[in-house]
Amino acid sequence: MEKVTLKVFRGDVMGGELVTYEVPTQPGMVVLDAIHYIQKNIDGSLAARWNCKAAKCGSCSAEVNGKPRLMCKSRVDEYPEGVITVTPMRAFPLLKDLVTDVSWNYRVSAKIPPLVPKPEVAGKPFRMQQEDVDRVQEFRKCIECFLCQDVCHVLREHDRKDGFFGPRQMVKLAALEMHPMDNLNRREQLKNEAGIGFCNITKCCTEVCPEHIHITDNAIIPLKERVADDYFDPVQGLLRRVGLIKREKKQPMDSVPNEQTRIHTESLQRAK
Amino acid sequence: MENYETYEYDVLVVGAGGAGLRAVIAAREAGCSVGLVCKSLLGKAHTVMAEGGVAAALNNMTNPDGTKEGDSWEVHFVDTMKGGAFLNNWRMVEIFAKEAPERVLELEQYGAVFDRTPEGLIAQRPFGGHRYRRLNHVGDRTGLELIRTLQDKAVGVGMNVHMEVTLTRLLKDGDRVVGAFGYYRSSGKFVVFRARAVVLATGGWGRMYMYTSNSWEGTGDGVMMACEAGAELIDMEMVQFHPTGMIWPPGMRGILVTEGVRGEGGILLNSKGERFMFNPEYMPPLYKGQFAETPEEAERWLVDKKNNRRPPELLPRDVVARAIYREVEAGRGSKHGGVYLDVTHRGAEYIKRKLPSMYEQFHALGNLDITKEPMEVYPTIHYAMGGIRVEPETGATSVPGLFAAGEVAGGLHGANRLGGNSLSDIIVFGKRAGDGAAAYAKTVEHGTIDPAQIEEEVDYLLAPLEAQSGENPYQIHQELQEAMQKHCMIARTEKGLLTCLEKIQELRRRAQNLKVDGDRFFNPGWHAARDIRFMLKTSEVIVRCALERQESRGAQWRLDYPDRDDAFWGKVNLIVTQVGDQFRIERRPLPEMPAELKALIEKYGK
Ligand SMILES: Cc1cc2nc3c(=O)[nH]c(=O)nc-3n(C[C@H](O)[C@H](O)[C@H](O)COP(=O)(O)OP(=O)(O)OC[C@H]3O[C@@H](n4cnc5c(N)ncnc54)[C@H](O)[C@@H]3O)c2cc1C
Ligand code: SF4
Ligand code: SF4
Ligand code: FES
Repeated sequence: MEKVTLKVFRGDVMGGELVTYEVPTQPGMVVLDAIHYIQKNIDGSLAARWNCKAAKCGSCSAEVNGKPRLMCKSRVDEYPEGVITVTPMRAFPLLKDLVTDVSWNYRVSAKIPPLVPKPEVAGKPFRMQQEDVDRVQEFRKCIECFLCQDVCHVLREHDRKDGFFGPRQMVKLAALEMHPMDNLNRREQLKNEAGIGFCNITKCCTEVCPEHIHITDNAIIPLKERVADDYFDPVQGLLRRVGLIKREKKQPMDSVPNEQTRIHTESLQRAK
Repeated sequence: MENYETYEYDVLVVGAGGAGLRAVIAAREAGCSVGLVCKSLLGKAHTVMAEGGVAAALNNMTNPDGTKEGDSWEVHFVDTMKGGAFLNNWRMVEIFAKEAPERVLELEQYGAVFDRTPEGLIAQRPFGGHRYRRLNHVGDRTGLELIRTLQDKAVGVGMNVHMEVTLTRLLKDGDRVVGAFGYYRSSGKFVVFRARAVVLATGGWGRMYMYTSNSWEGTGDGVMMACEAGAELIDMEMVQFHPTGMIWPPGMRGILVTEGVRGEGGILLNSKGERFMFNPEYMPPLYKGQFAETPEEAERWLVDKKNNRRPPELLPRDVVARAIYREVEAGRGSKHGGVYLDVTHRGAEYIKRKLPSMYEQFHALGNLDITKEPMEVYPTIHYAMGGIRVEPETGATSVPGLFAAGEVAGGLHGANRLGGNSLSDIIVFGKRAGDGAAAYAKTVEHGTIDPAQIEEEVDYLLAPLEAQSGENPYQIHQELQEAMQKHCMIARTEKGLLTCLEKIQELRRRAQNLKVDGDRFFNPGWHAARDIRFMLKTSEVIVRCALERQESRGAQWRLDYPDRDDAFWGKVNLIVTQVGDQFRIERRPLPEMPAELKALIEKYGK
């Protein structure tokens, strides 16, 4: 049987190193299969996340030869050199081996209120045409793998998690902002708390999205335009004030109660 | 003993699939404080993997002549009872069929964006065993839509989330469940939850089989924790084999191919190119005359559903899985030992729009373009019909303070679940259990946590780390999977089941002495040591019930008792309780169905 060489990061906050494993290959094998082989046959304590093994849940994110990838969607035969390096996502604090603390993503996500239906459709079945929801459905394909967050330089190199929600949350906000029935004004949050201005459209996020969501072209750029229209365009502002452009009036963010959801995570200290 | 954190909630919800999340929303809206615990990150439970759709009789679809198809809760009720070979709890099915439409429409209010009909309503697709187009869907990623919608809504109503925590024991004060105990997967630290009411929504179990569509989470913890706490289980012999799992490449074996492929016109072929589902031998008497009898009629049905009958590929899952099994046994299997599933005639554009994730799954992982070539499929372990016995109205189990909903609960699906009925199950009964738990929580004070119960569990958990030598849990798991796959799969016999039982008992003995390397810090080997004991016990219950039921019904196919026995076995459920370290099985008569529901079956069942 043929073999593949895996160099897997082993370690935690105290430090770590790449450890080399030889794993027999099978037709159609993916990197996650190789990780499972190691756990089962070589070292049961190798930490990695996974659930669906079919690129549907977004659990198995890691960096394969330095690129943010889903391990269950990375075919071993894509790497003909026969050496594959697997390391954890770099933009998030390391827990152990391939597992990082991604809870920040859930905490910022919790700041985005869910859909608030327009008063005229509240409690009634929606009537929406397919072409009016195509756009929103693209964004709702997101599996929350956070690979886009991992690659975005604002979060990865500059660690501006205090100022920018990141591309995943831009996609989430786009799905709400462009939902035909949503009644909440999302633009204020986009501009301020979510920090859309931090994005300088490098498109790295779009390149790594396993769901092929056009994060920059379809979500971030149109959102930037909407925010700009609202806040920075004097002509639009004037036309609106004299009533030549009508924009639907949506209710402000602070009109909905913001219930506190707490996401608990464990400290990075090793239990003895 | 080391210190552990204790959290206190009115309602503790265990499990963050659709059932758990819907229960959180209900309990919150009833004014309770709620804690949510799950083994993975939020949004990664099995619910996220569901593809085909959520069944609810919205009756949105129209015939070519402009009339509505005519779906109603009554027809959904009858289809579900028939699909379950009448072992279902009638009251659960009644509640389910009546409330599913409301729950689906509510998802839309929460933010779910379903595919639309030309009139702008939620689009519905046909599925096995459903008389009308009934599966509300989003392409083939309906579960993702459902879980994300409920996740965002639950976060919006406010709760405390404890992600990546595995609970291993329910804590009792006398008869009553008053909390739960477990560990953080990341740090290995222990944690205690104190609650007035606990809702178990821990999903199903498939990991004891070699080939399954389930993730690592499906180890039966929830069902066994409940059983150990004294709760009754029901219909545990009923394990669903989904007819179409992937079979090639080897690493993908068992991964699901949605029934939506057949719903969208996909056909099953054997190695001789025959569309074998037309073989009259495979048609159960109950469904005779209701399905197309020629491929031409099935072809016409694709465009005119009113004047033609459905293709036999859309028979219930147990029927299709058995047919595939028999084709392969008869030597008419495909290259890798399955059969072919072909949807190429629908055209590339249609397939990519309606089945995008199947297209991607085969394209990226199977080296196959499903718009050009047929897929190879074989039955895979998929779903647990059986589970914790609950009160239909409230989800209350037989233990005070303990509620259950979703796949971990039993009774709704009887001997076989129809596709799409699980996603509606979890929202209907997730809400009911959340409401039930909240109402109960308001009537009681917090109970007392007994440190002795915790200490016992701590010792149990730590033993494999402290052992000098012992068995490897992965090895035991592998042997269990081989035994279950071989002897307790789709075709069962007394001999095979007894062999399997013996093996399980041997493994249970060996599993008393496990040894794992490393420490408690995110150590999958250590986690596996606890999981395997839940899996062994769950497997034992499945096998014992399969032995007990001496007939063939739904998912239970006994080669030595090939007939359905309505006079005796059709009238009883198997109820399991744990007594000491043994399982006791009771044959309990089904509750009597009221006359007006019987009349519905007469009216729509033919
Ligand atoms: C691949 C696939 C496709 C499917 N397609 C469809 C479909 O198209 N239509 C349909 O109706 N159904 C479908 N199903 C079935 C359906 O998805 C499931 O039955 C349903 O989602 C179960 O939901 P649940 O909320 O009960 O449990 P799950 O979604 O399984 O969630 C269980 C939760 O419990 C937690 N948990 C378990 N044990 C513990 C523990 N010990 N401690 C703490 N937490 C624990 C888990 O972490 C998880 O959060 C499909 C299933 C699969 C696997
Ligand atoms: S386009 Fe914007 S969000 Fe995407 S990676 Fe670049 S800076 Fe980050
Ligand atoms: S947008 Fe794409 S890359 Fe980002 S989290 Fe979602 S699926 Fe992953
Ligand atoms: S395991 Fe689900 S995306 Fe890889």
